Amino acid sequence: MTTSADRKTVYRYDYRRSADQDARAIVRRPVVVVGAGPVGLAAAIDLALRGVPVVLIDDADRIGEGSRGICWAKRTLEICDRLGVGESLVAQGVTWKLGKLYHGDDLVFSFDLLPEDGHKMPAFINLQQYYLEKALVGRAGEIDDIDLRWKNRLVGLEQHNDHVQLTIDTPDGPYRLAADWLIAADGARSSTRDLLGLSFSGVTFEDKFLIADIRMAADLPTERRFWFDPPFHSGQSALMHRQPDNVWRIDLQLGPDADVAEEQKPERVTARLERMLGDRPFDLEWISVYRFNCRRLDRFIHGRVIFVGDAAHQVSPFGARGANSGIQDAENLAWKLGAVIKGEAGEALIGSYETERIQAADENITHSTRSTDFIAPHTDAERALRNAVLALAPKAEFARRMINSGRLSVATFYGSPLSTPDESPFAGSARLGAPLPDCPIRNPDGSAGYLLENLGDGFTLLTFRNGASPPSAPEGVSRLSVGIDIDDADGTLARRLDATPGAVYLLRPDHHLCGRWRKFDRAKVSAARDRALGKL
Amino acid sequence: MTKLVTASQFADPDAAYVALVEARRSLDEQAAAALDARLVLILANHIGDIDVLREAIALAKGA
Repeated sequence: MTTSADRKTVYRYDYRRSADQDARAIVRRPVVVVGAGPVGLAAAIDLALRGVPVVLIDDADRIGEGSRGICWAKRTLEICDRLGVGESLVAQGVTWKLGKLYHGDDLVFSFDLLPEDGHKMPAFINLQQYYLEKALVGRAGEIDDIDLRWKNRLVGLEQHNDHVQLTIDTPDGPYRLAADWLIAADGARSSTRDLLGLSFSGVTFEDKFLIADIRMAADLPTERRFWFDPPFHSGQSALMHRQPDNVWRIDLQLGPDADVAEEQKPERVTARLERMLGDRPFDLEWISVYRFNCRRLDRFIHGRVIFVGDAAHQVSPFGARGANSGIQDAENLAWKLGAVIKGEAGEALIGSYETERIQAADENITHSTRSTDFIAPHTDAERALRNAVLALAPKAEFARRMINSGRLSVATFYGSPLSTPDESPFAGSARLGAPLPDCPIRNPDGSAGYLLENLGDGFTLLTFRNGASPPSAPEGVSRLSVGIDIDDADGTLARRLDATPGAVYLLRPDHHLCGRWRKFDRAKVSAARDRALGKL
Repeated sequence: MTKLVTASQFADPDAAYVALVEARRSLDEQAAAALDARLVLILANHIGDIDVLREAIALAKGA
């Protein structure tokens, strides 16, 4: 619940009248996406890159207002890289891997995410959400198949068997539009959800939190700092994290009884921050007071309406699981919806979006609920247990492992009907149903590169040579041969995939591993592809 | 020689913590303290080693 967002507009875009508004008959589009936030933009770009024309509508004409995420996880960055903006985001963001946990004045625990070497993308970057949105809006503008309409507000929705009919309000008045599929990416206060009368299952936490972004020239290390019961904010918790441009994110727990209006007054916020920051000068960029939710819709698919991101599920920010999981929803849905629209798969494939992403949402909700329970105990008895863990932590490793200030987002593994079970055991870090781990490779011209950037937008068969010429992949699958197309320069790739000579790996269009075999069998690979397209 | 294991032994430490939190979720402090006392006795007996028990007491008192 955002109660106030005193955010300066960062970027503004023009409303433009669409020809659809003047059409005599209602125009029908294959896909309309509602909401041009990170999730809606990612979905639109992914679909358009797959050749599906998309109309993307947003009720605002600007970005930079309201709450926003700052921590972008490796999997999200890999998706952004495939969409064409990953490298620029990493260049612009703050890459970090260190964290410190304090109890009172004492450092009780420090961690290093110890990202594995040989991945193109870092474990995490911090970057203001408006920069990510701006990059995606810029990318969308390069793609002809995306029609981005600002100041287009969804006000009516009628469900039909094979399409939806929308009423969209604009500065020129309302118009109607039909869509074979509607993707609802309109956030925590989704209008689409309201229009369908859907509600959430889950919990809302009693505690209120102040979230402030401040601008401060501070020579502090790039690390995530979290305090339990700090001297400057007694009895509560605090979080501090660096963003680009000398902007710092600060979260202060306020307890259940905080007065929301009072706590947002700049003089009050400033006084709290001065206790924390001492005499360092700073400017307030943005203030908000929240209560967190951990909840989701029971179903993400309602006829021809598909919910993604915060419109479908919400978590607390500890763990960076909100916007990251939303972008992963978008990626999961885009290739499936694309395949259905192009007639390569039946509608059953769309159902697997819900199966897989509800697994992910439930995992995120579980972690987020646990973190929030640890940070904000519900009762004195729970607080006593939490404080016992903190008191033991300096002396006992088991207690340090129980401290939970947020378990950071990692890619979700899908126990999925789309995966073909292994016939023989595989070791290594690649897991069936999970995204393929990235790896350093050498290109045929001798230059260094990475595995993931060599995978296409469709199904890929990754093959390891066994002396014979590489197998020809079945129809609808492109082949990437290690030893021919790319070189496993130092054996890392074979180690991560536990590859033996002649082994083959089938990757979905979202680069999740959906089948692997010690030796190539065309019929098996072909059947696995059909299975991954929902043709069981 | 120390016999008490303080290295983390749970495969999922968060799940263990949640189990302990949920056991006391609706209890006031007095009822939670009584629950803890019963838990201590049950777990101490399960360990069944007086040296480990004494080491654990020392660690808890010193924290």
